[in-house]
Amino acid sequence: MPVNADFQGRSFPPSGPYAVSAADIAAFADAVGSDDPLHHDAEVARAAGHADVIAPPTFAVTLAQRCDAAYVQDPDSGIDYSRVVHGEQKFVHHRPITAGDEVLGELTVDSIRSAGGHSMITTRTELTVDGQPVCTSSSTIVVRGGEDA
Amino acid sequence: MSTRIAAETQAGDTFGPQRVPVTRETLVAYADASGDQNPIHQDEDFAKGVGLPDVIAHGMWTMGAAGSAVSAWAGGADRVVEFGTRFTKPVVVPADGAEVEIAGTVKSVDPEARRAVVEVTVTAGGDKVLGRCLATVQLD
Repeated sequence: MPVNADFQGRSFPPSGPYAVSAADIAAFADAVGSDDPLHHDAEVARAAGHADVIAPPTFAVTLAQRCDAAYVQDPDSGIDYSRVVHGEQKFVHHRPITAGDEVLGELTVDSIRSAGGHSMITTRTELTVDGQPVCTSSSTIVVRGGEDA
Repeated sequence: MSTRIAAETQAGDTFGPQRVPVTRETLVAYADASGDQNPIHQDEDFAKGVGLPDVIAHGMWTMGAAGSAVSAWAGGADRVVEFGTRFTKPVVVPADGAEVEIAGTVKSVDPEARRAVVEVTVTAGGDKVLGRCLATVQLD
């Protein structure tokens, strides 16, 4: 089944809350090779004006991908995840994601377009804590066309 | 880590290149930390079975490593206010590991907002693996 273009413009109900812990942040920072003390030392983070340790700039993808699930796993979306590759990613941070945050994410399908037999889908996830914006994560995935596409 | 000063930063400033090793263990750690357990990033037989040359790194691992380099240059992760990229080529990670090279160039500085736009270049085996990798960084 081809990608269903009817989803363009659709917004999904907020998902979450997703709790962010200091351990989550430390494991992610270690995995991307960051020794920034803002990820590891709450005292240093507080001295810099944060409530606790803060996440690396790409950590938000872990939350955004959980919000994406409602869309990409919807059988009506027509997305064959085994054909998906990540094309583009962008984050706009309104404030750093911080240990102790309970994050809600609201997903919107901004565009669905076809090119060369492939489908390009751009989604945007607005991440908030207590109603305040924290991060806007935008992602473009490419669904490679197949013989049945 | 000291914070970078806008008045002391100008277009053309560079950092790196720094070499960052990436092994299968790195990718398992990233998979566990991120929740992205796609087997193409861990299982050589699976990766080759879907037509890849070998295990490939998560694109988001590569972007994350670039983010770590920008954060270190800027003086803290909280300085990175915008960060985007295209994923142009995979980083192939054979059993004995691989290496990426990360470098940055300041493209512009806004002295009033004290913000710099930095272009990050990441290569693996001489090939650019990220395209238009741009970070907007808050300076002092």
